[in-house]
Amino acid sequence: MSENIKTVKNATCTFCGCVCDDMELTVDMDKHIITKAKKACIIGRSWFAEHTIDETRPVAMIDGQEVSVEAATEESAQVLTKAKFPIIYGLSDTTCEAQGQAVAIADYMRGTIDSTSSVCHGPTGMAFQGVGESTMTLGEVKNRADLVIFWGCNPAEAHPRLFTRYAVTTKGMFIPKGKKDRTVVQVDVRKTASSPVSNISIRLKPGKDFEMIWALRSLIKGKNIDPSIEEETGVSLEALQDLAERMKNCRYGVIFFGMGLTMTRGRHFNTGALFSLVTDLNEYTHFVVKPARGHGNVAGIDQVTTWHTGYPFGVNFSLGYPRFNPGEFTTVDTLASGAADAALFVASDPASNFPKAAIEQMKRIPVITLDPKQTITSSLAHVAFTTSTYGINTTGTVYRMDDVPITLRKVYDSPFPSDVELLTAIKERVQELMLSKLAATGAIGEAKVASRAS
Amino acid sequence: MSTIRIVNGTVYDPINNINGEIKDICIEDGRIVESVPEDASRIDAQGMVIMPGGVDIHCHIAGPKVNAARKLMPEDHRHDPHPGTSITRSGSGGIVPSTFATGYRYATLGYTTAMEAAVPPIGAKHTLEELHDTPVIDKGYYLLLGNNIFLQQLIKEKRHEELQQAVAWWVNVTHAYTVKLVNPGSDELWKGKRNSNISNIDETNDDISPRQVIESFVTTVNDLGFPHPVHIHCNNLGHSGNYKTTLETMRTAGDKRIHIAHIQFHSYGGEEGKNPTSKAAEIIEYVNQHPNITCDIGQVMFGKATIMTADAPLAYVLRGFTKNKWVNVDTECESGCGIVPFTYQEHVYTHTLQWAIGLEMFLLSQDPWRIILSTDHPNGGSFMNYPKLIRLLMDSSYRKEEMGRVNQKAIATSALNDLDREYTLNEIAIITRAGPARALGLNNKGHLGPGADADITIYDEMENKEMMFNAPRYVIKSGVPIISNHEFIRDYTGRLLHISPEYDVAVEETIRPFFEDFYSIEFDNYAVNDSYLHDNEVIPTGAASS
Repeated sequence: MSENIKTVKNATCTFCGCVCDDMELTVDMDKHIITKAKKACIIGRSWFAEHTIDETRPVAMIDGQEVSVEAATEESAQVLTKAKFPIIYGLSDTTCEAQGQAVAIADYMRGTIDSTSSVCHGPTGMAFQGVGESTMTLGEVKNRADLVIFWGCNPAEAHPRLFTRYAVTTKGMFIPKGKKDRTVVQVDVRKTASSPVSNISIRLKPGKDFEMIWALRSLIKGKNIDPSIEEETGVSLEALQDLAERMKNCRYGVIFFGMGLTMTRGRHFNTGALFSLVTDLNEYTHFVVKPARGHGNVAGIDQVTTWHTGYPFGVNFSLGYPRFNPGEFTTVDTLASGAADAALFVASDPASNFPKAAIEQMKRIPVITLDPKQTITSSLAHVAFTTSTYGINTTGTVYRMDDVPITLRKVYDSPFPSDVELLTAIKERVQELMLSKLAATGAIGEAKVASRAS
Repeated sequence: MSTIRIVNGTVYDPINNINGEIKDICIEDGRIVESVPEDASRIDAQGMVIMPGGVDIHCHIAGPKVNAARKLMPEDHRHDPHPGTSITRSGSGGIVPSTFATGYRYATLGYTTAMEAAVPPIGAKHTLEELHDTPVIDKGYYLLLGNNIFLQQLIKEKRHEELQQAVAWWVNVTHAYTVKLVNPGSDELWKGKRNSNISNIDETNDDISPRQVIESFVTTVNDLGFPHPVHIHCNNLGHSGNYKTTLETMRTAGDKRIHIAHIQFHSYGGEEGKNPTSKAAEIIEYVNQHPNITCDIGQVMFGKATIMTADAPLAYVLRGFTKNKWVNVDTECESGCGIVPFTYQEHVYTHTLQWAIGLEMFLLSQDPWRIILSTDHPNGGSFMNYPKLIRLLMDSSYRKEEMGRVNQKAIATSALNDLDREYTLNEIAIITRAGPARALGLNNKGHLGPGADADITIYDEMENKEMMFNAPRYVIKSGVPIISNHEFIRDYTGRLLHISPEYDVAVEETIRPFFEDFYSIEFDNYAVNDSYLHDNEVIPTGAASS
């Protein structure tokens, strides 16, 4: 072990949407490794332990050949501005500052921007647009929630500290005894690692979430439900009545939910029904709901895209202003339909998990990647940048799953540039190229090009 | 930097007692100066009106609740796209525009400064990020402290000195402009007691009443000498009979400075649960008699609006009327908020009465310096309604015409029929520029004297004042021409206006244990570092404002 050891307190773990900011990291500054991550959960410990820097990896490559950052930036800007339907995707594992530059590129090049939200909680965003949402920051759950429901999510494996730091065992202002003061309910189609935490476990038939939510809405409004509901959902009427009563009679209730609702049959109908259920419950008591978001800054890309464009994901600028249409401008669709003719992927590896038709299109078009590691997507890329890792090598802002902004602490320097540096450089070049393109076609007067340059 | 001389224009600059004189305005290095060399570039403002850039003292344009409302309403953006140009960014319009559209649209009305009126401290970073992406205008925000649980504990325990230090700390580390109170003392009832609400300024809950909270903050902020006093959204907003609460709130301040936000929404007579009546005269009379009070009207304009407020119980009440989509967000230890899309309709008694009360207040005002134009954007309607509102104030025949279109029962109960007053251009310059700048303690804004920021709007003089104020021919921001002949010729990033009150660092150790017990983020990660400031200007606190 080297002598050059540094401790960083209150560092941030950006692995999942909990974005715990109480890490105590021990860093070997010579070897550039994090040797200990105190307070991290099991996933967080792996995240920090496995973050090493491979200095042999080129900072930029074109078709597998090492090139300068400048050359790769120029090629990226050329590819994007020559394309008819360029797309940008990913962005849930980078800072808001980098995300803002990505949206600006999409705007200037009149392309399309989308994030990993479109394949996880996109339906949650659409349900929000439809019916709204009663929600909260995580500290409110810690301080107040006496009824905590986990629906179609598995925090024990996906967000381990949701239990200990925010929602179950933690003690709060009006919950002095922690878990003893709360009732924990799990609604899922199977037993999971999260089941042992719950006081009440409800197993429902796969794909019957909507029906169960609708039955609860009826019971809460005092309507009768036929006992055949058990046959339909796999949950007895008594169990539903008991849950409805608990919901109405708690002081501060919360439902966390996951992709068990958003990526199964019904999608935004499921989440819309859940949001409506929670709204109904506010006639009786205080009730809130929260999607358990996955990536470290997936909440951030929704926020950033919204303040730039008015819409959270799946936004197209080809008419010179933002348009939103999930199913048309979302990335699986723009790729699989063959519309996308150039792609910039930031901090994401869609070639590893997208449908086959979308991956086939990636292979046919010029792809640009920004990623700290080699990925399946970067391996097929025309231009591949190696970047520093957010929250370890760079500072910046991320939004926790509850939209609380947190500033990252840099732990040690990386030889690789950050996403925000690279995207800013690409943006500036894209803007120049678009201005001369517009001037050449007579779309704008020379005077305006000149005024911008001055 | 280039120098500019604007010649032949008719200047309205109330702070410097210039009321419609033809006068040259000279600009150098972003400021107004006495003179510039002969070779300075010239703008000929023959037949035009020159005013300082507009200052919006109360609007909701950035931060967590604003962005939630943006995300909530794709249907509203869809019909009002905001195309980019070769030099400006694109965006979405509608009642809650994207940040870029917000900045550009303020500029197209001749406004160059706007203050976001309600941000919970934990959302400060988010707000500063959005304000940075709001182009052209200078901007700042008010910090929600009226339901802050830690500060309420200090008030209950009468730890006045620590309260003052903690308030200074909170404002300092979040780079805010002043303290905002919204329905003070109500959050615990909403979040912790099954969605109930405060009904009376002296109602005690958990050993504290709204009056105690108001009194403590008014005193504290006065002692700290902030350039703008406590900015108060009174209890009981929107409820019939709430004018008594508003009067009591103003009385609580004694002769200390306060600002009452969107006062129109707090000037209703009648009995709780029944139709409201107008108490505009009573309220505005009190304001007229008390020079320590400034207010903005929060005028209701017919058409689309969005209720977005830290007054979560109010939003829930309105949701009960509209049955429309509803957002509620509880913010730990600090605040909450509610959002409901809303439409004010001419045929509805209450909506017309609200519209009439706002106009009554403008027309009964004896001191335009303290009764400021706002629509509480987007709560009373979009800021894009300002030109129409100006016409309603300046043109009594137009006003009469509009009065003919609305609910006549409501008009009959108001005093509007008896008010023939017409605002002058000089008075408009006061209620949209000079007055708000003075109320904010922004000594370099709202006027065109030497040393002022060269934020200047030049309008073609027209009979139809709505048209006139809708389309300035030139807008100059910090000496840089942004709009020329009605077209954007440059993009521009305005700066953040904030204060940095001094505090005793020992107070951090008083606050820290509370964070460790009850917040979900670490105390040491809470303060907002300077990377969020970008271009900024610190407005002095202390003796200057006393």
